[in-house]
Amino acid sequence: MDRLPRWADVALVPLISLLFAAVISALVLLAIGQSPVEAFKVMATGAVGSAYGWGYTLYYATSFIFTGLAVTVAFHAGLFNIGGEGQAQLGGLGVALVCLSLPWPHWTLALVAATLGAAAFGAAWAAIPAYLQAKRGSHIVITTIMFNYIAAALLVYLLVDVLRPAGQMDPASARFPVGAKLPALNDIPGFDLIFTKPVPANVTLFVALGMAVMVWAILWRTRLGYQIRAFGKSESAAKYAGINPVRITIIAMLLSGALAGMMSINNVMGEAERLLQNSSEGAGFIGIAVALMGRNHPIGVVLAALLFGFLYQGGAELGLWTSIPIEMRIVVQGLVILFTGALDVMVRMILQRIFGMFRSFKAVGAA
Amino acid sequence: MATQAQNMGRQATAAPFAIELKGISKAFGPVQANKDINFAVPKGTIHGIIGENGAGKSTLMSILYGFYKADSGQIFINGQLTAIPDSQSAIRAGIGMVFQHFKLVQNFTVLENIILGAEDGALLNTSLSKARRVLRELAQEYELDVDPDALVEDLSVGHQQRVEILKALYRQADILILDEPTGVLTPDEADHLFRILKGLKDQGKTVILITHKLREIMEATDNVSVMRRGTMVATVKTAGTSPEALAELMVGRKVLLEVDKGTPNPGKVVLSVENLAVRDEHGVERLKGISLEIRAGEILGIAGVAGNGQSELLAALGGMMRASGRVTLNGANLPLSGAGSDGQSRRAAGIAHVPEDRHHHGLILDFSAWENMAFGYHNAPQYQKNALFMDNDALIADTEHKMAEYDVRPPIPSLAAKSFSGGNQQKIVVAREMERNPDLLLIGQPTRGVDIGAIEFIHKQIIALRDAGKAILLVSVELDEILSLSDRIAVMFDGRIMGLRDPAHTNERELGLLMAGVDAAPGGGAV
Repeated sequence: MDRLPRWADVALVPLISLLFAAVISALVLLAIGQSPVEAFKVMATGAVGSAYGWGYTLYYATSFIFTGLAVTVAFHAGLFNIGGEGQAQLGGLGVALVCLSLPWPHWTLALVAATLGAAAFGAAWAAIPAYLQAKRGSHIVITTIMFNYIAAALLVYLLVDVLRPAGQMDPASARFPVGAKLPALNDIPGFDLIFTKPVPANVTLFVALGMAVMVWAILWRTRLGYQIRAFGKSESAAKYAGINPVRITIIAMLLSGALAGMMSINNVMGEAERLLQNSSEGAGFIGIAVALMGRNHPIGVVLAALLFGFLYQGGAELGLWTSIPIEMRIVVQGLVILFTGALDVMVRMILQRIFGMFRSFKAVGAA
Repeated sequence: MATQAQNMGRQATAAPFAIELKGISKAFGPVQANKDINFAVPKGTIHGIIGENGAGKSTLMSILYGFYKADSGQIFINGQLTAIPDSQSAIRAGIGMVFQHFKLVQNFTVLENIILGAEDGALLNTSLSKARRVLRELAQEYELDVDPDALVEDLSVGHQQRVEILKALYRQADILILDEPTGVLTPDEADHLFRILKGLKDQGKTVILITHKLREIMEATDNVSVMRRGTMVATVKTAGTSPEALAELMVGRKVLLEVDKGTPNPGKVVLSVENLAVRDEHGVERLKGISLEIRAGEILGIAGVAGNGQSELLAALGGMMRASGRVTLNGANLPLSGAGSDGQSRRAAGIAHVPEDRHHHGLILDFSAWENMAFGYHNAPQYQKNALFMDNDALIADTEHKMAEYDVRPPIPSLAAKSFSGGNQQKIVVAREMERNPDLLLIGQPTRGVDIGAIEFIHKQIIALRDAGKAILLVSVELDEILSLSDRIAVMFDGRIMGLRDPAHTNERELGLLMAGVDAAPGGGAV
């Protein structure tokens, strides 16, 4: 089958997939007696119609950038890391332990230390499945899923029995010290002109964007990235080249786990300011969809994260302002994931046929 | 050529052509795979089709077998205009095809494979007993003996091929197309195949033989058609042509078929292998204690049917497979397992490796040419910008340079490896490995799936490296290649070396027997 031109492959395929998802979502809305046009208006106004809406959309997008990058790095090594959720929750534990350990004098110091803590805990949680895959051949998809459950159970235990301050009713850690409070976008000079009301989006956004650049540099500019990509494309060829499969599997998973863990500086440190149960709220899974839709490239991941941020925030608005049930948000997200991730090949096949027809018309015209 | 076609045209009044194609064209996007092909095969003949990779042979046969639809043109079978929209219609028209890669169910018996898709009804028994009867008749008629109850996975490659032929005959094929049938056979098995084909011809069947081996065309066919870049450039009587003339028609210029090489000037021993043994991951012994030596400025050729341990020999020496025994390079011991036995250590020790399978080992097909040019040498200091980053610009410049030197076309470093033709892919690998100036070059199937022009070039490079005083271990299933390049020949069978021969004092027959595990004159021709 003839291949698509690059612009169609990168831009047209995801756009048409999105369109399909939108059409089906509209049909579902019609079926439950709601107006799709009205729903879309509410979502758009709520998520991107005001600086306040953007403040939420960007907050969600920040988390999705981290988890999307995590899936991307593992994917390039040929590994499917489904464990972003568990790694993010462990990252949250790392953040909490760092933040609660000292009366931090300034947020910059706290941010650096918490980032390292989050990365270390996330990486450590990914290290066990990585080791089992590399040394024992236990499939990483299975083990990372299992580790999500273990992480959730471990955190319940820690929050209930260890980290919960005496006298507190809910399973959560103590509130972090004031010195560890990250500036939200409305606290940053310059940005405060745009974001006049308090928003949850915070400086972590810039850490996320920095990480996107770093992931790009590692994958496409360093020897390590070269070896990761070579190993991911062809294990047999990597063996021929003398690339150590155990080493690459473990390093790629450590990087992936660290990135997933780092999302917790956004929600745990930047927003909740204490560690709650199920802090990651599914962002680890959304990361899979974000990476798939972003074609496993950091630029694509950032754009896809924005889209999912929009869906998250817009979906929440639906629950607030319309009688559309909040569950519709999950339906719409599911459809977007289905079309951009799983049915992407279908759209590509249709486009290939159309482009092929177009080409043979041109060939006939030229002849 | 015109007169030839007219001559055939006159015969047609007596006996119509088995196949006649008129003005067949087929394009894939901008690529014109077949351009206005006119081609006729008289009934009861063996007709060869020869051409380089990408000349359009397979496309043409796929059109004939209903896999592709021609953009324009007509197909006549036995003088009847026939539409072939799918392979079922091809079978109905009496066309049978034996593919290069067999399409057999490995864990079915021969009989089950033969009736697969041609069952007479819901109950298998009637079909099976009918097939058993037909099979017995066919076996007597054409020397096509196969045990009908053997599992296909237990059969040798030669026998599997017979099953494919039987499948076609069971479906009452009158026209049999064979695509590169001898690639996997020993010379003996190939001779047997040609006897079978002659028998089919004597019974009035028509055979089309697609191959890139000139020798087979000369040996087995009555007429031969040559394809080049999508066109049929000539159809000639085999008796009235020569391999040189055919090669020239294929490539479009004069080609040196014989390798021009001077006498070797062997120096000190570079590689010494003692009692090398390899087990695969299932614990099966693949190499059963091999000992050999290669000197500087010498090519040792390893002949043998594929799957007799040659791949494992290359893999063990190239650091891709664990082994036991003792290997020294320039007197220094090479670890065969554990630390220091991987591909990186081998390269550091001065061993370059052009692997047998460039698609699975030699290249990352999705990587660009320049990324592939560093493959295996990605740690080399000249490709690093600093401790952190690789110097991609230096690597691209280096690739441009090597592409020019090795005539890789198109010379575009950013093009993905999968977008190059087989010959140019191989040139990328050869350029990468040879330009490291290794002490020992391991080179497996250097010209598999490579067009004639590139074969000539790669052979010249191998000889040049030998003349520069390097040791070369050449593994190839092509006996011609082994005979023309090697300074000494070792024949492998069942994980052992059956014998060493001097290429000047041996021939294909003797090597063929050794390849089949028969040593006619033990120690006789050894060197």
